[in-house]
Amino acid sequence: MWEYTDKVKDHFLNPRNVGVIEDADGVGEVGSLACGDALTFYFSLDENGKIADAKFQTFGCASAIASSSALTEMVKGLTLEEAKKITNEDIAEYLGGLPKEKMHCSVMGRDALEKAIACHLGEAEQEVEGEIVCECFGVTDVEIDRVVRENHLSTIEDVTDFVKAGGGCGNCHDRIQEIIDGIRGTVHPKRKKSPALTNLQKIKLIEESIEREINPTLKKDAGRLELVDVDGNRVLVRMGGTCASCVKSPITLKHYVESKLRELVAPEIVVEEVQ
Amino acid sequence: MDVVYLDNNATTRVAPEVVEAMLPYLSEYYGNPSSMHSFGGDVGEKIKAARRQVADLIGATPNEIVFTSCGTESDGTAIRAAIESNPDRKQIITSRVEHPAIKNLYETLSKKGYRVTFVPVDNQGRLDLDYLYKSLGDDTAIVSLMWANNETGVIFPVEEISQEVKDRGIIFHTDAVQAAGKIPIDVNATGIDMLSLSGHKFHAPKGIGVLYIRKGTKFAPYMIGGHQEEGRRGGTENVASIVALGKAAEMARQHLENNGYARVGELRDKLEASLLERISHSMVNGDTQHRLPNTTSIAFEYVEGEAILLMMNEHGICASSGSACTSGSLEPSHVLRAMGVPFTAAHGSIRFSLSRYTTEKEIDFVIEKMPPIIARLRELSPFWKQKTELKAQS
Repeated sequence: MWEYTDKVKDHFLNPRNVGVIEDADGVGEVGSLACGDALTFYFSLDENGKIADAKFQTFGCASAIASSSALTEMVKGLTLEEAKKITNEDIAEYLGGLPKEKMHCSVMGRDALEKAIACHLGEAEQEVEGEIVCECFGVTDVEIDRVVRENHLSTIEDVTDFVKAGGGCGNCHDRIQEIIDGIRGTVHPKRKKSPALTNLQKIKLIEESIEREINPTLKKDAGRLELVDVDGNRVLVRMGGTCASCVKSPITLKHYVESKLRELVAPEIVVEEVQ
Repeated sequence: MDVVYLDNNATTRVAPEVVEAMLPYLSEYYGNPSSMHSFGGDVGEKIKAARRQVADLIGATPNEIVFTSCGTESDGTAIRAAIESNPDRKQIITSRVEHPAIKNLYETLSKKGYRVTFVPVDNQGRLDLDYLYKSLGDDTAIVSLMWANNETGVIFPVEEISQEVKDRGIIFHTDAVQAAGKIPIDVNATGIDMLSLSGHKFHAPKGIGVLYIRKGTKFAPYMIGGHQEEGRRGGTENVASIVALGKAAEMARQHLENNGYARVGELRDKLEASLLERISHSMVNGDTQHRLPNTTSIAFEYVEGEAILLMMNEHGICASSGSACTSGSLEPSHVLRAMGVPFTAAHGSIRFSLSRYTTEKEIDFVIEKMPPIIARLRELSPFWKQKTELKAQS
């Protein structure tokens, strides 16, 4: 069960300002049914250019409804200049905080507000700005860049919590990491890719690894490993010495021999014992 | 506020008779069943009796029953045993709608070089048998299929499938965690080699499970240790829970023999029919012809599951959702997606699961409370308005 604050629960169970403003001065729509949450936000202005009324309709979970309700309360009485300054963090703070996995609900509120203001100012609805990174939730590099900067995010999971990107198939994780690294100025060394071995080289390397690395270690327990065959990435071995009768031998194989061969030869290696 | 508990596929209340049966083994009878003295030996006798009670529930013989800590352990042990005893076979066949207990193990195994074939289901959650049989080959180490689905209650024809699989010399395992105690099971009349069940799904406590291993099935233990469970699962027995499981199995068997699930099925049907009738744009997920008698998964279109559950919670009604937000993931449940349930419905799917303790009064209470909850959330939803406007225009 989520740990929602009393304020989130209150705004969910008793949402403020639900509905539609027929002659709204600005309307912002974000989200979709497929994504699991969506919000339509309306506001109207008074003669002084201040937000006189705000209303919303939301499809989504408790925190999405609470974030929308909070937003409508927060903007009332503000000028558009002031309203523009509201961030997703402000919305979360107003509610006494949101669970990390639900921060995207506050981002949705901020996005709807921005869209509604742009709509009022007659700014042409921008087509998708930037390039789509997350296909599952239709999130662009520009959106990810912004949320990383504004909320000081440092991991892919953070980005998923805030804008959902990366929360579906996961194909975009590398690209999200690149964006984070670009902002944080950190460069993750790419895993060194060893050149592909020929079958002959691979078998030789396996043989050498067993003789030089593995058997000397097993010898300490009076055990011995014999290479029987190599089939692709399957390495078939036979246990000799005390290993053969040792009940721990499947454990030794998995935890030691396989990890050693994966380290020294190829990460795809699977070790199997034959009788 | 009274709790109305309709989340029995998640866990069940421990039957009072079961608590009574297990309590002495948490206090005065604390002997180790492996001890030479009769103070321990008597406890061993009690475990023997429990083993028989569990065997009787599924038509097995007592020495085919291995006690484990939970359904997840039973599932994992079965899969690992099958691949360890068939080292030259690299394919595992399963379905796309399995429980996470087993689904996540496959992800690990596929990284280790195993080929996992996920057999699809149709929009009613029925298994594609053609696809399954065509996937069987010389490289298949094991076929593992759930007997009944935890989210929809849809039952797979495992009796028939296990025979086909056995005829080809391939090991067949079934995750019967949701089926055991709810529908009659007779392993002897099937080709099932291994079967998992979990006590807390039928009124035993949490932390006790069973792996049935047919006599003669090649096996390698996962927990290597002492001689307990005939060397098939080391570790001192969880005596009190085993005694409890025995009692729960006996009660479940009696309940099945007395056709007690007919009443549970009637209550489920009443709940389902009433909600569908009173709430427009709602539908049942899954094949209603082949389904557990206690389960219904109902999709309420244009609203979101977590919000529904929290509003139900305000009335003390407990259920589950297949929606994304409940689990912290962003996509609806893999089961509903595999069935191709449209997004409009998947996000608003609620699972109600009953037990023999569910009363008609409770069902009536839920039938009364649900329509206003859905109506209220639809009032909030921008899609509901669009939907009704479109309808008005046409």
